[in-house]
Amino acid sequence: MLEVSIRKRLDHFELDISFQAQNEIIVLAGSSGAGKTSILQAIAGLTEPDSGIITLNGKSFFNGKKNSLPARSRNIGYLFQDYALFPHMTVERNIHYGLHKQTTATTGFIVEQLLTVLGISHLLDKYPHQISGGEKQRVALARALATEPDLLLLDEPLSALDEETREECQDELLRLHELWKIPFLIVTHSRSEAEKLGDRVLHLKKGLLVNESRGTMKETPAH
Amino acid sequence: MDLSPLLLSVKVAVISTAIVFVLGVFLAHLFAKRQFFGKSIFESLFLLPLVLPPTVVGFGLLILFGKKGWIGSWLLEAFDIQIVFTWTAAVIASVVVSFPLMYQSAVAAFDSLDNKLGDAARTMGASEWRVFRTITFPLAWPGLLAGLVLSFARGLGEFGATLMLAGYIPGKTDTIPMAIYFAVEAGKMEKATFWVVIITALGFSTILWLNWWSKRNLRRFASEKR
Repeated sequence: MLEVSIRKRLDHFELDISFQAQNEIIVLAGSSGAGKTSILQAIAGLTEPDSGIITLNGKSFFNGKKNSLPARSRNIGYLFQDYALFPHMTVERNIHYGLHKQTTATTGFIVEQLLTVLGISHLLDKYPHQISGGEKQRVALARALATEPDLLLLDEPLSALDEETREECQDELLRLHELWKIPFLIVTHSRSEAEKLGDRVLHLKKGLLVNESRGTMKETPAH
Repeated sequence: MDLSPLLLSVKVAVISTAIVFVLGVFLAHLFAKRQFFGKSIFESLFLLPLVLPPTVVGFGLLILFGKKGWIGSWLLEAFDIQIVFTWTAAVIASVVVSFPLMYQSAVAAFDSLDNKLGDAARTMGASEWRVFRTITFPLAWPGLLAGLVLSFARGLGEFGATLMLAGYIPGKTDTIPMAIYFAVEAGKMEKATFWVVIITALGFSTILWLNWWSKRNLRRFASEKR
């Protein structure tokens, strides 16, 4: 279970938010500049809150500035808005970047499974600039999940895609979540996307939680 | 014809460039994308040799490394090492005048990198050293190489500060620029012309190669961003 209760002074307002997540899809919705990305960054350890606590499955990530676990030790998957694929590495090296040198049978199997589920096996030798937006998104997803994270953070994962690809990728995300059974935390400003993907949708405004709703379009709750 | 000035010039420029590269990359990586009190004062100090007359740089180096200088006197007493009038002095002078070129190129290279790439690596468990080794350095390499080549060319052509710190000792501190100056002084125009042609050819081919290489790289980068 993910527990977040943090405060952080941002440029124009103070971020002050508390929520918990089981192995479900939580969507953080709200207009741009509502502090959504800052929440993901704080959970990943890429920025520090001013105060508060963050724990995942009983492991403390943050408990005041003096007790902060570095990003590399948190075992979190992070999908960046523009994917942040390493431009000088092939798709294969991108996906393998977070794996330990000796790949065990299980990690090998997981990578294989990811490649199949996402349909990107044929791209392994390509460089990021040689593949399409939708393919980049899938590669980035595979890379984020290859390390077998305990939590997946997705920052506007589908915003750079055209309508058709976006719908495909939404279905893919739902399928991956069924398989992985870890909390997914998705940032989006699209209302329809929030409702389609989220088990719960947290609406943010200027750093504060203003409303919580259930994803209306999801047929089956994940738990 | 005695070719020792060519060998000495290349030796001094290679060693100085190696020092400047490590120092420049380290400091630029430390300073790039970071704001702290006094940063602009440090940076101005780093770039000062670019705008000061070579004589001033040479004077400063004499104050530091001369026999009675702060560092020079200590080296002499503790290790019996004399800096002035040796080729080491020529290396030190080269380092000081070419450092700003390396530093500027490296800061520009590091600043232009997307922070998210390093962050992505960190979330995948990479240590800061691994981020530097596998992400930052390879992606900044085109800019770093430009700085490297410019520093080498600058080191090759260094004259003023070298003259003040290393002096002109044939066979010991006579780099090509030195050899040219003293050949003209002695009226040996043929010898001077020879070295002028050599160093011009060296400088010209360096810049030609750098231009060709950076254009090729720009094209590659432009296609990657698409």
